[in-house]
Amino acid sequence: MPRIQEIAEPRTVLPAAAHPRGRRARLRPRRLGTIALFLAPALVLFVLLVILPILVAGYTSLFKWNGFNLPENYVGLDNFRRAFADPVFAGDLSRALILIALSLTIQLPVALALAMLLNQPLRGRVVYRLVFFAPYVLSEVTTAVLFTLVFSPNRGLGNSLAGLFGAEGGAVFADPDTVLYALFVVISWKYFGFYMILFLAARQGIPRELTEAAVTDGAGPWQVFRHVTLPLLGPTIRVGIFLSVIGTIQLFDMVWVLTGGGPIHSSETLAVTMFQYGFRRFEVGYASAISIVLFLLSLTFALFYQRFVMRRDLEGALTTGGVQR
Amino acid sequence: MTAYLSRRSLLGIAGAGAGALLLGACGDDKSANPDGPQTINWWHIQNTEPMLPVWAAMAKEYETAHANVKIVIQPLENEAFKAKLTTATQAGSPPDLFQSWGGGVLKQQVDAGLVKDITAEVQPWIGSLLPAAVQPFTIDGKIYGIPFDVGMVGFWYNKEKFVQAGITDVPKTWAELLTVVSTIKSKGIVPIALAGKDKWPAHFYFAYLSMRIGGLGALQQAAKDKNFDTPDFTAAAARLKELIDLAPFQKGFLGAEYGSPDGQAATMGNGKAAMELMGQWAPTVQASSSTSKKGLGDKLGFFQFPAVDGGKGSVSEAFGGGNGFAVGKNAPASTVDFLASLMTAANQRKSAATGAVLPTVKDAADAIKDANSKTVASSLAAATGFQLYLDQAYPPAVGQQVNDSVAELVAGSKKPEQIVKDITAVAKSQ
Repeated sequence: MPRIQEIAEPRTVLPAAAHPRGRRARLRPRRLGTIALFLAPALVLFVLLVILPILVAGYTSLFKWNGFNLPENYVGLDNFRRAFADPVFAGDLSRALILIALSLTIQLPVALALAMLLNQPLRGRVVYRLVFFAPYVLSEVTTAVLFTLVFSPNRGLGNSLAGLFGAEGGAVFADPDTVLYALFVVISWKYFGFYMILFLAARQGIPRELTEAAVTDGAGPWQVFRHVTLPLLGPTIRVGIFLSVIGTIQLFDMVWVLTGGGPIHSSETLAVTMFQYGFRRFEVGYASAISIVLFLLSLTFALFYQRFVMRRDLEGALTTGGVQR
Repeated sequence: MTAYLSRRSLLGIAGAGAGALLLGACGDDKSANPDGPQTINWWHIQNTEPMLPVWAAMAKEYETAHANVKIVIQPLENEAFKAKLTTATQAGSPPDLFQSWGGGVLKQQVDAGLVKDITAEVQPWIGSLLPAAVQPFTIDGKIYGIPFDVGMVGFWYNKEKFVQAGITDVPKTWAELLTVVSTIKSKGIVPIALAGKDKWPAHFYFAYLSMRIGGLGALQQAAKDKNFDTPDFTAAAARLKELIDLAPFQKGFLGAEYGSPDGQAATMGNGKAAMELMGQWAPTVQASSSTSKKGLGDKLGFFQFPAVDGGKGSVSEAFGGGNGFAVGKNAPASTVDFLASLMTAANQRKSAATGAVLPTVKDAADAIKDANSKTVASSLAAATGFQLYLDQAYPPAVGQQVNDSVAELVAGSKKPEQIVKDITAVAKSQ
């Protein structure tokens, strides 16, 4: 046992971080070899499963190709031009924006409010936490199947409940005007618990002295929240926004099972469109082009967001190894 | 020091092991010798009762008779099968024996060299099959698949609902059908069940109307010219729009699937709608997805898709398709022999006896028990022409566009003259 601990001890590198200048000197060739050896398995997997597919998709996006044999019909940027001229593709982008806007204005604030509530000394709050977090544990497909049944127009629970209140339940997933919002409800149901736990954990990390001091200074509950709690939750909220936006851009499983993107494309997302073209129509070149756009959107957002919004949160974090930028 | 050394050698061993695994996965030992040990990977889509155990029993029987052959069966749900096969074929490694509907999709697989030409091997017994059934699997005079089931699409109706609405005769023309729909609707009964989410059920209406209006030739010509923007197709879409404008479908049909617990088949099977336009499998799926698991039983009737006044097509022309099996390029030597064993008259009778399969072997026709299936089989035998499902007959992109465009017409977001233009645009781009 002691030997294993010795082997697994990574701390030999860490002190170097405390003395950035001393670091380079310690990287003797022999040590470099060891590091390379340790990195290799992960690096090989990363290159094979992440970098290579991106490059291949980038390459095939320049061809008109049905996916069989090798791509031969080079068409340049035609696939991208076609995408940007396609109303479905434009619709995908606007639907993503709507979903992002709804997530940021409804889903996250609700999760935050619940987290604050469940931070109060409340009878049975452990049960509430558990119940609110439970949907996140379900797989997307399970959730989707579940809600197909709940919102089933003829015998669904949703419509029976609506009937109790004298309202006539409609077929929310079958109506092009409501399907996107119904989808949002399901997404929120599944993910609000996750954000709630994130916020709750962050809230509990705020030292009691700070809020107590504010109260002593005469701050009301709202003022304490607005000027003490909220700023200190900042880093977590920014991470929550980041996850929410990236998740929405790449939304697929839930939509595919729930609506298939329909009716008439009104709940289609970029990933669903890509799947339709790649796996239904065998227009793999075009599907690759869509996937490249999807990738670039996510990447651009991630880079800009981290650079401009999360920059201060990342400073001093472990990811920079303690080196100030 | 010892720690370093052992760590390295450990990693080395691990690395070598992983490498060997990767290399091992690349190798593929398919026996060319029919007597050598071999494994047949078989993907079919009869993933529920009644056919699931029938296939399993036939495979078992073959394994018992041929000790060197192992058959690995992978039953898949229809949509899951399509997705999985796409991945497998695009990776260049199709299963040895797999579900196929023939037509444009099969042609694409043939063009890519993924499917075996089995013309010579099936020559001894191909004559026992219905020629119309084999046709979708014949490409440029060569046979690439064998149909085990063939059928046609037509209207399945609930006799009780028709009686309730005071309708004595099934509609013979499109105009009569529209009247029937209005009458049924006025009695507070849902006239037609439709799975809008799945799209392909709606394309049946467009395809049949095109056949009745333009004749079979029009559909073949359109595929050749890559032009659907003709008066015949526009008229077909316009006729369909007449039906859509009557709002004949069940509540929430745009979100309904075909086989789900609240879908088209269940709506019919539970007696919540008067009719549906569906293939020969309709009674089986109605039964399995109905709450009673029995479906409509004797109350279910079948009638041909009606004629359209002034149309060039004949009512005796059938639209439909069959289920068959294609043989993958790397299939072991015994695969076709196994396929032949599935297609003996005795085994076709067993399949037909389930009621889920309309046999393609002529001699097995006597095993059809169900009255409705007999009607379908005799209509098919008397058919003067046959058209394969459009989403199978045409190249995949065109077929999917037909489905998508008809769905847009059904949902009311596109006009008849627009959808024929959209389909043409995709056809031309291929």
